[in-house]
Amino acid sequence: MIITKQKPFEVVLEELGDAKSVFLVGCGDCATLCETGGEDQVKEMGQKLESEGKKVAGSVVLEVGCHELDAKKQFRVQKDEIAEADVILVMSCGAGTQAARAVTDKPVFPANDTLFLGNILRYGNFEEKCSLCGDCILDETGAICPVTRCHKGILNGPCGGTDKGKCEVDPDKECGWTLIYQQLEKEGRVEAMKEYRPAKNWNAVLKPGNFVIPSRRKGGDEGE
Amino acid sequence: MKAGTNLERVLEAGQFAVTAEIGPPKGGSAKVIASKGEMLAHAADAFNVTDNQTAVVRMCSLSACGILKQLGLDPVMQMLCRDKNRIGLQSDVLGAVALGIGNLLCLTGDHVKFGNHPSSKIVFDIDSVQLIAAVKMMRDEGLFISGEEIAGPTPMFIGAVENPYADPFEFRTTRLAKKVKAGADFIQTQAIFDVGKFARWMKEICDRGLDEQVHILAGIIPVKAVGMARYMRDYVSGVEIPDEMIQRLEGAKDVQEEGIQIILEIIEEVKLIPGVHGVHIQAVGWEKIVPEIVERAGLLPRPMM
Repeated sequence: MIITKQKPFEVVLEELGDAKSVFLVGCGDCATLCETGGEDQVKEMGQKLESEGKKVAGSVVLEVGCHELDAKKQFRVQKDEIAEADVILVMSCGAGTQAARAVTDKPVFPANDTLFLGNILRYGNFEEKCSLCGDCILDETGAICPVTRCHKGILNGPCGGTDKGKCEVDPDKECGWTLIYQQLEKEGRVEAMKEYRPAKNWNAVLKPGNFVIPSRRKGGDEGE
Repeated sequence: MKAGTNLERVLEAGQFAVTAEIGPPKGGSAKVIASKGEMLAHAADAFNVTDNQTAVVRMCSLSACGILKQLGLDPVMQMLCRDKNRIGLQSDVLGAVALGIGNLLCLTGDHVKFGNHPSSKIVFDIDSVQLIAAVKMMRDEGLFISGEEIAGPTPMFIGAVENPYADPFEFRTTRLAKKVKAGADFIQTQAIFDVGKFARWMKEICDRGLDEQVHILAGIIPVKAVGMARYMRDYVSGVEIPDEMIQRLEGAKDVQEEGIQIILEIIEEVKLIPGVHGVHIQAVGWEKIVPEIVERAGLLPRPMM
């Protein structure tokens, strides 16, 4: 899921400037689990804005904040409230904020910073394990990603900066390559550590990424 | 001969080599580099210039090495993967060739977090092992990483670093072997203080026959003050300073002299370890002590190759 954290309220206020009326958009998926854009946070944001003299023209917590089609439908349903608002404040990830961008001409502002694609370790505790590089090599590395879990993202690690299994960059974090080494050892294939991994194609997905399921492509072959 | 540099000739002749590090200035003064070069010229066979070490901006290694080359010294250009992608790195290798620089030390590089621009974007397009392989391919096959042909030769004596003290210890020789296989001709190690552990590592290297394939230069950092020793022990990853060494410095009347004594003892010991073909002295910010250390270690005069 996409991990977000709320910007400090003063920063949000600064973004909104002299806008008098705000429409709030939350997300029922990731931002709800991150407690940055669920029903409770949207309600709380509304109260805080009102106490600062702003008017809350309306609000919605979309089922999934980054679903542009749904956002479009919902914005149509609440078009009067949105028309009344000077600005839209989105309490979702950057993708959710831009979903709102895509479906309205009103000024749109983010209430959150978007951190990473995260695994849920336990409630409210997330860890980045995948960087969405588009060229997965987990088969070679014991299903532990060096691109993400090594601070330098190197492919022929570990570097000389490991210290008792921790990374010199952040002693609170495991050295990804030590984890890989230990995992491969458990699997009896530590030999794989000897393999030279050549330079990676970092442009497996050209930014901005765009992908259509082959069978859904216009004129696409169903059997493709 | 791969590049025919002084360093390569000294090592290939079976001489015990001495390399010394020259830290470039935080400014554009060619004089600073030239005067350090002149001061150290007689005391080493080749001179490493660091590449924005610890992620602190300094004069680029390429220019500083060019200045040393003009003085008739044999520079070792340090090159790391943190700040440039494969296009920039290969371009710098060609620039080095143009200036007659023939030794290249390939490193991954410290994280920007440790430097003076901690919010800068890190590159790490390729890692040190991939850089070594790339330079070898440039030299031996005349090809860029892309497979395209290079116009003209790229003679380079390729260096790499290794930290005998990093984790997992049992993997360090494997990683070194990887660097050798990728194309490293010589290795400069992290600073050696715990000679016993280094000797165990060297034995593994020799047992695997790697000492026949690569020249290993033991890293030496002269310690000037007790605080510096403690700092390196506590904060510099991969530097292990035995407690009795710190105690010796603490108990010394003349700490600098005691520090030099310690270093001379380390040099004496590492010289006797099979497979060690030289020392690499990194007197960070204290370059002027290098000639004295080399002389007192009985390593002067340097061979004329």
